[in-house]
Amino acid sequence: MAATEPEIPGFAAVELIDLHQVYGEGDAAVHALRGITVAIEKGEYVAIMGPSGSGKSTLMNVLGCLDIASHGTYLLAGNDVKEFDEDQLAKVRNRELGFIFQSFNLIPRMTALGNVELPLVYAGVKKPERHERAIAALEQVGLGYRAEHRPQQLSGGQQQRVAIARALVTTPTLILADEPTGNLDSESTEEILQIFDGLAKTGRTIVIITHEEEVAQRSHRVLTIADGLIVRDQAQADRRLAGAGVHS
Amino acid sequence: MKFSEVSASALHGVLSNKLRSILTLLGVLIGVAAVILLLAVGNGSAQQVASSINSLGTNTLSIRPTSTGGTTASSTGGTSASSTPQITMAVTNDLSSADLGHVASVVPETDTTQTVSSSTATESNISVIGATPEYFSVTTAKVGTGAAFTSSDVTDSSKVAVIGTELAQDLFPGASAIGQSISVDGTTLTVVGILTEQSSTGMQDPNTEIIAPITRVQSSFTGFGAVSTVLVAATSSGAVTAAESEVTIELNQLLRVTNPADEPYTVTSQSSLLATQQQSADSFTVLLGVVAAISLLVGGIGVTNVMLVTVTERTREIGIRKALGASRWAILGQFLMEAGILTLVGGILGVVVAVIGAQFKINGTQPEIMFFSIPLALGVSVAIGVFFGVYPAGRAAAMRPIQALRSI
Repeated sequence: MAATEPEIPGFAAVELIDLHQVYGEGDAAVHALRGITVAIEKGEYVAIMGPSGSGKSTLMNVLGCLDIASHGTYLLAGNDVKEFDEDQLAKVRNRELGFIFQSFNLIPRMTALGNVELPLVYAGVKKPERHERAIAALEQVGLGYRAEHRPQQLSGGQQQRVAIARALVTTPTLILADEPTGNLDSESTEEILQIFDGLAKTGRTIVIITHEEEVAQRSHRVLTIADGLIVRDQAQADRRLAGAGVHS
Repeated sequence: MKFSEVSASALHGVLSNKLRSILTLLGVLIGVAAVILLLAVGNGSAQQVASSINSLGTNTLSIRPTSTGGTTASSTGGTSASSTPQITMAVTNDLSSADLGHVASVVPETDTTQTVSSSTATESNISVIGATPEYFSVTTAKVGTGAAFTSSDVTDSSKVAVIGTELAQDLFPGASAIGQSISVDGTTLTVVGILTEQSSTGMQDPNTEIIAPITRVQSSFTGFGAVSTVLVAATSSGAVTAAESEVTIELNQLLRVTNPADEPYTVTSQSSLLATQQQSADSFTVLLGVVAAISLLVGGIGVTNVMLVTVTERTREIGIRKALGASRWAILGQFLMEAGILTLVGGILGVVVAVIGAQFKINGTQPEIMFFSIPLALGVSVAIGVFFGVYPAGRAAAMRPIQALRSI
């Protein structure tokens, strides 16, 4: 079925065309997104910046198929997300997307390994293979030795690394991170950013939401959002030349 | 997602929150155990009634006058057979001497309630029964110590009495009542015998009654009119029906009843009494069943409450699982299994508790488990638990992941 097919060559990883998101109705309606049009190519490492209330989290939720846009088109690897039913959306989230949250969102009563295995459980991967892949993902983020620990036995940085391993374990088309370093100290932030650098080098498509300049600087391209619209779209090289945003 | 994965995940969910699981388990356990046990008590007491009626023997008939007005009107004697024919001592003597093939004995009985006193104590509302000595062979009243009064005592209207064990102890505490005098509404009777202890099956406690020669009770208290009851013992329990028709024909002759459809008396056999008692025991079981159903409902509400809290508490977890790609059915399956495991284990423990509890006598009744109550109680509690575990989970699973994630 369409949802699980490998990405179609020639299509961008993500293509958004005039995307709107409206909450509520009539006078009380809130326009969170007012017409976003953007394409993100495979292998790009994109940072989305913007003040709070600008709509960047709404955009992230739509990209992650956690929420559905009111109007406009969202093509994920060439497939229109609007055409997917509930079960196909679940499969898309499972196989095409890896989500990393600001608050980690690990299941507290499960070990690190259990948490990382979870997407593979829903993908129907058998236990021995699941175990192997989850261990590999944990080792990739440097936490192989913490596999049997529960989230509350881990530091914030370690928990976020477990969450990254969980996002990576299904080898998704798109990795989405919503303020991944927002709850972390500078040392942990650096660890996390190094992991993202490594992922970008191996050709993973990454979209990261942040309001921290040092986080945005690590990406290839920065989209700035204000009032539900993309107000600036700059490649990192251009930003350095212009010296823009350094003082934020 | 495979069944084994769902069950492993569900088991993990159950074990990782022990307090909540134990509370749910307890709710189901109590509900199920209460239903089975209460129905067992009802059933046990019904069977007890049935067996105690059987022990009376099913070969006795009781004949009671239907017209109560007649007894007082002619209590001074001189029966006027034309208006209301009455069963007097004379009639029962005739009935007794008539040669009826299936009748073993005929016992006239007259009842009154009096205040009784000894030199040390006074007891009011004591049932005084006047009868012939055959009373002790026809009924369960048996003389334990001392002796019954005799036929000549009846002929002589002797001032003697046989009294119940409890009454004997009340009137003569710490002493033997045999040979002592009791005063019944001014008439002094000598205690000649004490009854053995009997189980109470009717309205009156047989352990506090007084049995005296019928002639004495009539002359002192009730007068020489109609008797209250005539007990007829058939030769065997198989001969009851034959005895009934013989007695009816004979009585109708003696009383000159012209219209057999309008007899001035009713005949009750132990078997019809048995049917009545069985009916009341059944309604007692139904009553207990209602109480049990209420306790099952309350247990079910407890389970529902825990389940609702569980799902609300875990909506965020549902959101995380959906974000990771769990389908609606995977989430529903997990909650279904969790609720199923909890209520089923609780239910089975409830059955075990009920079965163990039924081994002990409860208020003198040996509970007898009714087989159908086990699947009924189990089925209802599991259905309640599963429905209220799954329904809110289904609602949470149908949310967009972001809605579920935002809830705390």
